[in-house]
Amino acid sequence: MKQVYWTLVTLLSHWRRRPANFAALFVGLAIATALWSGVQALNEHARKSYDRAASAFGGGEAQSLVPTSGGAIAQDLFVKLRLAGWKVSPALEGTVLIRGMPFLLIGIEPLTLPRGVRYGDLAGDKGFGAFSAPPGETIAAPETLRDLGAAAGAAVAIDGGRALPPIRPSVGTPPGLLVVDIGIAQALLGRPGQLSLLILQQEPDVETPPLATVTGGALRLRPPGEEEADLRRLTESFHLNLTAFGLLSCLVGLFIVHAAYGLAFEQRLAMVRTMRAVGLSSRALVAAMLGELALLALAAGSAGVVAGYWLASALLPNVAASLDALYGGQVSGRLALDGGWLLSGLGIALLGALVAAAGGLWKALRLPVLVAAQPFAWRKAQQRFMRRRACLSLFAFAASLAAYVWGKNLYSGFAVIAGLLLGAALLAPILLAGALHIGEMSARAPLAQWFWADSRQQLPGLSLALTALLLALATNVGVGGMVEGFRQTFTHWLDGRLVEEVYFEAAGDAEARRIESWLSTRPEVLALLPAARTTVRLAGWPTQVVGMTSHETYRSHFPMLAQVADSWDEVKRGDGVLVSEQLARRLDLALGSELAIPTAGGIWRPRIVGVFPDYGNPKGQLRIDIDALARRWPDAPRVTFGLRVAPDAVSRLIVAMQSQFGAQIVRIADQAAIKKISTRIFEHTFAVTAALNTLTLVVSAIALLASLTTLGDIRLAQVAPVWATGVPRRRLAQLEFLRILLLTAATAVISLPLGLALAWCLVAVVNVQAFGWRLPFYLFPGQWLEILALALLTAGIAAMAPIIRFARTTPAQLARVFANER
Amino acid sequence: MSARWIVLVVLAALALAAAPAAFAEGADKGFAGLGAEAAGFDRPIPGTPLVFPRDLGPHPGFRTEWWYLTANLEDESGAAYGVQWTLFRQAGAPGDEREGWANQTVWMGHAAVTTATEHLFAETFARGGVGQAGVTTQPFRAWIDDWIFEARQEAPGAGLDAPGAALSRARISANGPGFRYAFDLAADKPLVLHGDQGFSRKSDDGRASYYFSQPFFKIDGVLVLHGRKVELSGLAWMDREWSSQPLAATQKGWDWFSLHLSTGEKLMVFRLRDGTSRDFCAGTWIGADGAAQTLDRNDITLLPLSETHLAGRVLPVSWKLLVKSHGIDVETAPVNGASWMATSFPYWEGPISFHGSHEGKGYLEMTGY
Amino acid sequence: MKCDATMDDAAQTERSGDTAGQARASVLRVIGLKKSYLTPQGRVAVLRGVDLSLEAGASVALMGESGSGKSTLLHLVAGLDDAEDGEIFVDGAEVTGLSDFGRAALRRETLAVVFQQFNLISSLTIRANVAFQARLAGRFDPVWQEELIHRLGLGNLLDRYPEQLSGGQQQRAAIGRALAVRPRLLLADEPTGNLDEATADDFMELALDVVAATGCAFLMVTHSARLAARLERQVRLSAGVIEKP
Repeated sequence: MKQVYWTLVTLLSHWRRRPANFAALFVGLAIATALWSGVQALNEHARKSYDRAASAFGGGEAQSLVPTSGGAIAQDLFVKLRLAGWKVSPALEGTVLIRGMPFLLIGIEPLTLPRGVRYGDLAGDKGFGAFSAPPGETIAAPETLRDLGAAAGAAVAIDGGRALPPIRPSVGTPPGLLVVDIGIAQALLGRPGQLSLLILQQEPDVETPPLATVTGGALRLRPPGEEEADLRRLTESFHLNLTAFGLLSCLVGLFIVHAAYGLAFEQRLAMVRTMRAVGLSSRALVAAMLGELALLALAAGSAGVVAGYWLASALLPNVAASLDALYGGQVSGRLALDGGWLLSGLGIALLGALVAAAGGLWKALRLPVLVAAQPFAWRKAQQRFMRRRACLSLFAFAASLAAYVWGKNLYSGFAVIAGLLLGAALLAPILLAGALHIGEMSARAPLAQWFWADSRQQLPGLSLALTALLLALATNVGVGGMVEGFRQTFTHWLDGRLVEEVYFEAAGDAEARRIESWLSTRPEVLALLPAARTTVRLAGWPTQVVGMTSHETYRSHFPMLAQVADSWDEVKRGDGVLVSEQLARRLDLALGSELAIPTAGGIWRPRIVGVFPDYGNPKGQLRIDIDALARRWPDAPRVTFGLRVAPDAVSRLIVAMQSQFGAQIVRIADQAAIKKISTRIFEHTFAVTAALNTLTLVVSAIALLASLTTLGDIRLAQVAPVWATGVPRRRLAQLEFLRILLLTAATAVISLPLGLALAWCLVAVVNVQAFGWRLPFYLFPGQWLEILALALLTAGIAAMAPIIRFARTTPAQLARVFANER
Repeated sequence: MSARWIVLVVLAALALAAAPAAFAEGADKGFAGLGAEAAGFDRPIPGTPLVFPRDLGPHPGFRTEWWYLTANLEDESGAAYGVQWTLFRQAGAPGDEREGWANQTVWMGHAAVTTATEHLFAETFARGGVGQAGVTTQPFRAWIDDWIFEARQEAPGAGLDAPGAALSRARISANGPGFRYAFDLAADKPLVLHGDQGFSRKSDDGRASYYFSQPFFKIDGVLVLHGRKVELSGLAWMDREWSSQPLAATQKGWDWFSLHLSTGEKLMVFRLRDGTSRDFCAGTWIGADGAAQTLDRNDITLLPLSETHLAGRVLPVSWKLLVKSHGIDVETAPVNGASWMATSFPYWEGPISFHGSHEGKGYLEMTGY
Repeated sequence: MKCDATMDDAAQTERSGDTAGQARASVLRVIGLKKSYLTPQGRVAVLRGVDLSLEAGASVALMGESGSGKSTLLHLVAGLDDAEDGEIFVDGAEVTGLSDFGRAALRRETLAVVFQQFNLISSLTIRANVAFQARLAGRFDPVWQEELIHRLGLGNLLDRYPEQLSGGQQQRAAIGRALAVRPRLLLADEPTGNLDEATADDFMELALDVVAATGCAFLMVTHSARLAARLERQVRLSAGVIEKP
């Protein structure tokens, strides 16, 4: 123990004299921990929020009745069910915006609500009366109150003018949820007489009339946990994506740790040998090194966990917004984490430190006490090492290829990328060394020769930092390409999808008919395009069925990926169906084949006549003729409409419709507004990716800076002889700077094909597996130049400090190199 | 009278009160908050004539109201059964009834079936304004969910144009875990008004309610008990009562009896137990011809005989009951001592039989123990 | 002749297995030690059967040409390297049979080495350097440490770092570190190789003085006949064996 203690003290004494090296190690480990634990925090937080939301309905155990075909439930149906003996409790869900932030508003009826259903403490200390009787109460989790910036008792205004009832905090309420009385919810959401689900209080007994008899098939019994399971499945890909990017960034951080630790190991070799010579056993040495790592992991890990929390908090709004917009998953805007997360953060710091330092530890364990005095052995070992690297690299590429050929899920998609990146990372130093060798061969002037040779000599010390840079740049090229490609595709697709100038949803079928007949008299309305929807499950996957007309608007604009010659005519005849790309991929559907769709009247088998892109939709979608839909799903509400309107008449028409029909129109928006919302969802989703991407680049810059700084002293000894032969310091500094830029540029050049391969993997493999759609693969040379410039700038900034330090080295300091020489 | 005040505390807690603090406060003013001030609500006034069929329906000006039916039944083998059907109305705030979910009324239903070995019960709630529960008068229909008490659209019995003719033929149904019943009711005598022409005093300081009964229902129908059908017939007693502040602040609970004498007379007595002063007793003697006679409070003696431990309480389930003026001196025994209504606010309610100077059967309700 | 006699003694002691009977207990015995190295030119035998013995308190100078195997012998004795054949006994314990752990303990507690390159730990102060091995061995003695520092004249250098000291000062600290542990055997590998002649003489004087004070056996590899002469005995390594004088 005493041995280990004094060895540890001695090992630690090194850092006092090498603070830059220590900083690199510390920062690297902290960053790796931060990125990992930050992403984990987001994932864990989101999952916890789903759990709480699910437990709102009695731990996901409450059954409920939901509309068979989507849409709303008429309140009369609730009463009808109660009078028939069905013990159901009404609820209405809807989203309200408060200062632009979405919150789920749920209206419940406290008297009939089953006891197991947990929306928090409904009674409070004033009883149910206060909750239900005007003005009522809004019950929300304390963190929701914080998100709203509201004090207890405040009446928070929702966007659009109305105010929530006075708010009351309740610990048991799921975050992001605003619970009000059913009547208040109907008023706030502008949906009088409408419900969205009926929670079953108790199983009906055998004498109770069956559901179909009472509701005529309008409602179906939703098994407990169905929605939760759907949400989990739908969001799984999103979280996996987040995890993968977090892991990638974490790996870049660990590269820094590895580089810094490797350098420290080299620098401490003499010290370690001395200690071994005076009687330190290798076991005690490794124990002390492990102790050092543990201390470091604890310190850097703690800092990393704090930074991770901060990172997660910063990303949370975007993550929450995308989860809400894409999947309807409610995630509270405030992180609440437990000790498990903290421990896992420290755990990853320790594990990361161990992995990054494993090489050093292994070497320490097997370190011969005497230095072998045969320099050729080093060269041979280096060659062996390079050969092994090349072999490993090939192996990684092969594994990547195998994952691509045989892999079938998102994990294999990431395995493709991992193999590609690993292979490239292993191969890059060899390529760089080769390039430098060619440079050396072609150089004639002595200084140029020295420049190339010296660069080659420096390569091992810098290779890890350059590899980190390579990965960061490749990720930037790849992800940047994907995001930009998606942006273009998405915008184009939106233009095709959103052709109608005005969209609206009527409160019910009767209202829809009234509005329809009114609109038919309006001269500015060029076409009225109704849509009806219902939901089915195809192979267990929730799938929307949308009925549409085969109007010219769609024939000429609706984006398609593939279609048979007379697709729209077949759809119009009612025996053709268009399927979304996601659905086609998931169920392996081929154009021209039949699709079996369950309907109330049995299985319907229309022909698949087209495949259309449906970006951002986590569910499958079928498009059929609206009349065909009405025949097979008579209860499907036909309440949404698109209007072709002369562009200059749009706003006038909307105003006129609103004043004419008021609450009969549930939603109305013009094309521009919908496009804005869609684009915002898109931006939210990729904001997180972009942020992690940028962080990766920053981290690689830190890696480069760390390597250069730690190399500084060694450089002095290498450069001093050149200086002694008469090359001025200024010139040497310039050459140093040039060298870094050259290496960076070379790295950037290698990163380009790697980045493109990555982008291709993302759009053609990962995206397909994660979301079910494939994006066109675009090239963005402008973006590459930007990234190259960014890389050079990054390297320039990283190299600046060491170079300035070098330029300021006094002749005396350089001369001392010789004094120390033996 | 049927003094089912206790359940009102449930309504007090659940009701959509404009001034909810009043309910919390009310909880310690008299039993079940029924001694709480009822500002804004109507008060019973002596001498107000009851009008039918109007007074079979709800009285929104009053805070509290109920439609209550208890029945003593037998199967073919003569085994005793008890059945209860109750609908309570509670207004959360005075004033006109508001539309839709904003309506201030809360409805609560209780249903029970008692045998010698079992006591099954159910409870259900409904908000006013949406149609889940309510009472109409023409025709008479009281319902909550699929529990219904309604007049049958048949010609009224001969000589029954007196009060209550609208209810001379009725049917009643309810269900709960393990039971489901549907019975036909028929009465050949008019309604009975308690107290002073339906004005029924509840305390010395003038608390009162409007209270009338139909004690002459004959009842028969089918009970499905755990999936097994049983044909039952017997006698039923309906109570209608409404008020706004029926109890004095110090009254803690009550014991209420409705008795069908084998000779055809009916007897209703109750005792309000006062924590600070004398208990308040009242009753009505109803002749076999339907003529009612209000009993003097000193004419009534109620003595607990044996006690039962139930749900952590001590309850006197057997009584000695004396009404000197009519020579009544009987001892009562429950059909099932464990007739415990473990509803949101629990009480004891079940069928009894009695022996002594007279014989017969009836119902007992005990609250505040 | 002296050397022969010693070797005979060693052989005799080995045969009888009795060291307690000797007037001066044998601290180091090397018997038939062999060692070769693999070089690009093939395997080269460095030691071809070396026999050597040292008693407590004895001081021996090991001389020889460059590459004669002096340092190799010293490293083998210190347990820093593995022999191919032969036996080494340090303070009665057989070095060749020890595990890494046992050898480390031997280096830590029984013997101490002074290197030509001083091999001080650059990140520790002189004070910490001197105390280092003793602390490692768990036998740090502050009184002895003070005495050593005083004798070696390191008093005003204690808070400096090795790079701030001259070669002679560094080597004085190195011998301080070696002796702080009170070894039974002190090994020195050309300790004055990096020092000028005057400094070397100063150092030797001090070193011999302190070594005498501890009573440990002292084996020093040196090129310098002048320095070798200051030790009790001189042996010469030539062609892989101890040369008969």
